[in-house]
Amino acid sequence: MMPLLTTKNLARNFGGLRAVDGVDFQLMPGEIRAVIGPNGAGKTTFVSLISGRIQPSSGMIVFDGADITSQPAYLRVRQGIAYTFQITSVFANLSAYDNVALPVQRTLTDGRSKGAVRTGVMAALERTGLADRAHMPAGQLSYGHQRLLEVAMGLALKPRLLILDEPTQGLADSEIDNFIELVREIAKSATLLLIEHNMPVVMQLADRITVFNAGRILAEGTPEQIRANTQVQEAYLGTAP
Amino acid sequence: MSEASPAKAYALHLGVIALLFALSFVLPDYHHGLLARIMVLAVFAMGYNMLFGYVGLLSLGHAMFFAAGLYGAGLAVIHLGWNVPLAFLAGIACGALLALVIGLLALRTTGVAFMIVTMMFAQVFYLVILYFAAWTGGDQGLVVPQPARVLSFGATSLDLTNPTVRYMSALALFSIVLLITLAIVRSRYGRVLVAVRENEERTKMLGYDTFSNKLIAVVVSGTICAASGAAYALLFGYVGSSFASVQYSILPLLWVLLGGAATTLGGLIGTVFMYYVIDIASGYTSAYLLIVGIALILLVLFFPKGILGTIRQRWLGWLP
Repeated sequence: MMPLLTTKNLARNFGGLRAVDGVDFQLMPGEIRAVIGPNGAGKTTFVSLISGRIQPSSGMIVFDGADITSQPAYLRVRQGIAYTFQITSVFANLSAYDNVALPVQRTLTDGRSKGAVRTGVMAALERTGLADRAHMPAGQLSYGHQRLLEVAMGLALKPRLLILDEPTQGLADSEIDNFIELVREIAKSATLLLIEHNMPVVMQLADRITVFNAGRILAEGTPEQIRANTQVQEAYLGTAP
Repeated sequence: MSEASPAKAYALHLGVIALLFALSFVLPDYHHGLLARIMVLAVFAMGYNMLFGYVGLLSLGHAMFFAAGLYGAGLAVIHLGWNVPLAFLAGIACGALLALVIGLLALRTTGVAFMIVTMMFAQVFYLVILYFAAWTGGDQGLVVPQPARVLSFGATSLDLTNPTVRYMSALALFSIVLLITLAIVRSRYGRVLVAVRENEERTKMLGYDTFSNKLIAVVVSGTICAASGAAYALLFGYVGSSFASVQYSILPLLWVLLGGAATTLGGLIGTVFMYYVIDIASGYTSAYLLIVGIALILLVLFFPKGILGTIRQRWLGWLP
């Protein structure tokens, strides 16, 4: 099977800091992949390179067989790479409905399909449990609901690859359970790349885990393999004296 | 914004147009003439609002688009002897072309840099008008000859210098632009423009080419302003460089801020308000700018989002 996403020797420097340092990475279609690592390991930079929010210093990104390294972000989104932000950045002054209508209407080519926008928006809102709040300004939603709205916007893009950057950050435990269900549901139709700090969530969801440290991939494997990996334990807990 | 209460919004806008139509028959001569002028300038304000209110791009150079329409139409009549409809189209075309070029260059910047770049281009445009005084009349300006300001359809002809014809022409332009603006704002494209204003980075990450969307908005805005300028030249018969000066870049900003940025009717309300405050105040004292200043300060204190913007925020959430 051909990987959906491949990066070859991907690197990004910020001044003298090598935030992402020669990463070779592969993602298979249909996977749920978690990316973990200590703070500053380069996880967010890595997914920002994939989504096109920042340009790599060197290396190559291949999505579905095509080299997308020099493509601007909006074209990558149109090819099916959706990114939900770590810091919630919904359009606070627009209603939840309008927030989701933006991605929905872009995926529709038929300009007359007024009904189709409404159907698409309500479907995404219902999937995330926000349908009854459609007409509230997004800024007035609770934090947890704003996170869900982010996911709804990502979903509405009908992505082939959905990148979730710390989706459960700031959610209450009760909300996290629902969230895990939602992610499983999404994974039926999209490949998922998930940056996450919450280990129980990672262990429950991920098919495979990639561990970043200091801009490089430290380890990769199934949740069991990663749990047993001594290098990973050292990276998180510090080297034993 | 766009799915809610379309009927109400259209009814309100058609009501405003009907009111302006009815006013033509009851207003005394002086106010009749003033309102015709205000409607033409309100079109300028609406064009400005398209970019400033909905996309959030603050231009300090929109006088150049107004002047492009003004000179495009005026010079076509004076030097080329074109008839009124052709000259009007020439003015609009000049504005659209200028907006496209300026947009391509100025949209490389945002924020304060965008303000400065647009202002500089407008200054260049202003100086170019002065430099080519042989054709443009320099700082004296030119008068569009009265016999040329006639709209002919076969045997019948409409004299644009006639007050009623002038008023109705201004109203027709105003109504068309108002309804176009309303349609754009309520469309999917309007939703994208607001998204760009609210958070451009996020809009990109939803797959939108924000540069192209902004460029289209600049061209639409510039074209509407040029239509206002072209109509001004043909209806009021004067083409002058003062309309290209920085003052005429600031005025639409003031009108829109007063009336309410990102409201479709804000341009009209702001222009009417400003003109009548000046008109009434200057009737009492020669220091009328003082009164205008106080009125502006009061408005900013009590209506920080402009007249309509504050009304929308407090009472009528459905206003487009």
